Amino acid sequence: MTEIKRKLVVSASPHFRSKSTTTGIMLDVIIAMVPALIAACVLFGLRSLALTAVSVASCVIFEYLSRKILKRSNTVGDLSAVVTGMLLAFNLPSTMPYWMVIIGAFTAIVIVKQLFGGIGQNFVNPALIGRIVLMSSFTTQIGDFRAPFAYKNAVDAVTSATPLSQINAAAAASDTAGYLDSADIPSLVQMFLGERAGCMGEVCIAALLLGFLYLVIRRVISPVIPLVYAGTVAVIMFAAGGGSVSFVLYQLMAGGLVLGAVFMATDYTTSPVSVKGKIIYALGCGIITSLIRLFGSLPEGVSFSIIIMNILVPHIEHLAAPKPFGTPKRKKGAEK
Amino acid sequence: MAEKKSIVKEFTKGIVKENPVLRLVLGTCPTLAVTTSMESAIGMGLAASAVLVCSNIVISAMRKIIPQKVRIPAYIVIIAGFVSIVQMLVKAFLPQIDEMLGVYLPLIVVNCIILGRAEAYAGKNPVLLSAVDGLGMGIGFTCALLLMSGIRELLGAGTLYGFQVLPETIPPMTIFILAPGGFFVFGILIALANALAERSGKSKAQLKGCSACPMAATCSLTGSENACKEEEK
Repeated sequence: MTEIKRKLVVSASPHFRSKSTTTGIMLDVIIAMVPALIAACVLFGLRSLALTAVSVASCVIFEYLSRKILKRSNTVGDLSAVVTGMLLAFNLPSTMPYWMVIIGAFTAIVIVKQLFGGIGQNFVNPALIGRIVLMSSFTTQIGDFRAPFAYKNAVDAVTSATPLSQINAAAAASDTAGYLDSADIPSLVQMFLGERAGCMGEVCIAALLLGFLYLVIRRVISPVIPLVYAGTVAVIMFAAGGGSVSFVLYQLMAGGLVLGAVFMATDYTTSPVSVKGKIIYALGCGIITSLIRLFGSLPEGVSFSIIIMNILVPHIEHLAAPKPFGTPKRKKGAEK
Repeated sequence: MAEKKSIVKEFTKGIVKENPVLRLVLGTCPTLAVTTSMESAIGMGLAASAVLVCSNIVISAMRKIIPQKVRIPAYIVIIAGFVSIVQMLVKAFLPQIDEMLGVYLPLIVVNCIILGRAEAYAGKNPVLLSAVDGLGMGIGFTCALLLMSGIRELLGAGTLYGFQVLPETIPPMTIFILAPGGFFVFGILIALANALAERSGKSKAQLKGCSACPMAATCSLTGSENACKEEEK
């Protein structure tokens, strides 16, 4: 009798539980970001590591304090604040003053995430808003990019232009093809390895792709959003660049496109659930990014495009809601 | 009911408990637009307060003559008259402030606080009380503007009323004097005001009746018998 009782467990659904937890997923994302962090340390010196550490530490502390003050349960253990901190640091140049990073972390964690209810409730990506607030506040500091390996020289390094702003300047002068062959710009191999000026985490495409593969193999993210996003940008740039393949490759590898497409556009909270929705979302991201890059006054549009599409996600979900199997076709005008 | 209203209470309610900007969320447009510096905030606050007090007095005095059906146009005409006077005075004596406020000075005509008070209070109460109500609301508006502009100017430009406060070595956060910063500060101040009001026991639920309702100016039920009956229960 007791034997039977023990075997027959009566409980409400769900009866099968996935083993994946928030902490596990966040840990995978952190692991996927480690190659890019190592690349940043090699390219821009140990200050990148220190900056990331400050960003992560302040994110965790702000998360802990705001949960405490708002009298909510402690969520530091789910590691989401660590991910936000790393992404925020990845989106900044390695020369950023430490106190500015702390302001960015405050905006990301307290204002965007906790004031809207914590993990799963933020309507836009916290790290991106942190970056945008810093960008519109401290224009000089966030544009202070250094050439890679500049830290090895004893002489004070000078600010270096990013390839993307160089390409855009050339495109504005309608001299793209000639410019890409000149020696002023890093070669495609250099671009792939990250030997160029830029934000800490965005430069090394090889490391980011490694992280992308890890996340896809671990089934943490679906490859739909990054692929459609990059594909859209590639198609538009192919048309805009007059069919030049190297122009397309430069556009894909320059700026924060890979970092944004892999790590930020795929955030669970702020991206659609259904595949159809993901495609619409990624298409929108790609179109807005290309438009800002080609016609906007800013050189880069990845962060703004992801934020804009984040805000549109509820409407995209509505558009792409799956139709239950067997239900009749909805006639036009059936809904009032 | 009307006789029991004490003048002091009518005066102070506009400053804290029913602060037009932070508690009733009225007059949002000028609040966001002019709080980039304390100087323009004071100019806006005082100009709007002057119009508010004068229009409250006149509307209250004429409340029995104005026909119920055309009361809103009548109120607007009275308010517009005072706005024109204030605008001419400011243009003549404080041209700097006029330049700073720009289009927002004539736009006081459609400021919801003024029309809201006319509709919710001055149209139903005697002259003295209406004047005191207008003064309290005006001071509450000015205080909220000063608070917001202080925060925005300090963080966004490193100055307070034009004087350098933060050391020049610290670069100011420009976003605070841009529109997004205005929304950030506004949202956080409203949240704080609500939290404070709830802590002191005056919860939102206790603010009843049309005078507390942000929709009072446009609500067709205002003043009628079945106005917001559900809430009153």
